[in-house]
Amino acid sequence: MSRYRFEVVVMLKPGLADPQGKTVEDALPTMGWAGVGGVRVGRHVELTVDAATEDEARARVEEIADRLLSNPVIEEHRILRPEEVG
Amino acid sequence: MTSPRVGVVTFPGSLDDRDALRAVRLMGARAVPLWHRDTDLDGVDAVILPGGFSYGDYLRAGAIARFAPVMRAVWDHADRGAPVLGICNGFQILCEAGLLPGALVRNRRVSFVCRWVNVRVESSATLFTSELSPGTVLDVPVKHGEGQYVGDRDTLRALGEEGRVVFRYCSARGELGEAWNPNGSADHIAGVCSERGNVVGLMPHPEHAVDPDVGPAGGRALFESLLASLLARV
Repeated sequence: MSRYRFEVVVMLKPGLADPQGKTVEDALPTMGWAGVGGVRVGRHVELTVDAATEDEARARVEEIADRLLSNPVIEEHRILRPEEVG
Repeated sequence: MTSPRVGVVTFPGSLDDRDALRAVRLMGARAVPLWHRDTDLDGVDAVILPGGFSYGDYLRAGAIARFAPVMRAVWDHADRGAPVLGICNGFQILCEAGLLPGALVRNRRVSFVCRWVNVRVESSATLFTSELSPGTVLDVPVKHGEGQYVGDRDTLRALGEEGRVVFRYCSARGELGEAWNPNGSADHIAGVCSERGNVVGLMPHPEHAVDPDVGPAGGRALFESLLASLLARV
């Protein structure tokens, strides 16, 4: 049994307006930063999974990300390459 | 004849469960408090998921609550065609649970809105609007940070074609326009229903608008419709 540390990034789907991202973007010029755009704000989740193999651990994280961490109606997610931590 | 029993589920972080129970009692039904850990609905005729911030609205509004033990019973209840009403956070939970289409995301202008709005009844073919004529304008309050209704193009088209938009934000005279849309909802949608019309979700709070002594009573008609629907089934 090994232990894997995953990171999951959840973002609003590209077509959807992201009011948080826009608010951050609109604040940038007032703070003196020019030429910055495309700001999107998402969610970053870290979790540790005990499993026999990395594939098994990843399958479990996929399911968690699909069913709980993201809502497929409005969001998409990506799972970053895990780190073996024990 | 015994009066119908209407359950109101309390989740950790629910805020409007007491007002919902009171609204049910004011309308002459028996109010039954239910708990998120319950595995059955105590035989109620209808169930209300109230407003609030269930489980702190962590992750997304309603995302954790949809996995509460009571939700399996709510699902079965809805599956039998029995009435389910989701108000505000309850609407968000029903969308997360897949009992209603679409999703509620952060308000277009980001800030929390807390004010009275008008909504126009678009459909009387639900158990909660059966006593209302389409076009009727109701005075009800909203208070939410994540009330912008969104859905993909096919979902929105289907809702429109199937008459499943139940309420739209509007002016006091029933006109539609961005000026009266408090959160940027697609097609000014304030509430939708399931295919069979037994599950309804809306962002405004009818349970806060039932007592003419303290303000507009635009919410009464929803509870009156529910009571009439339940009595008609007996």
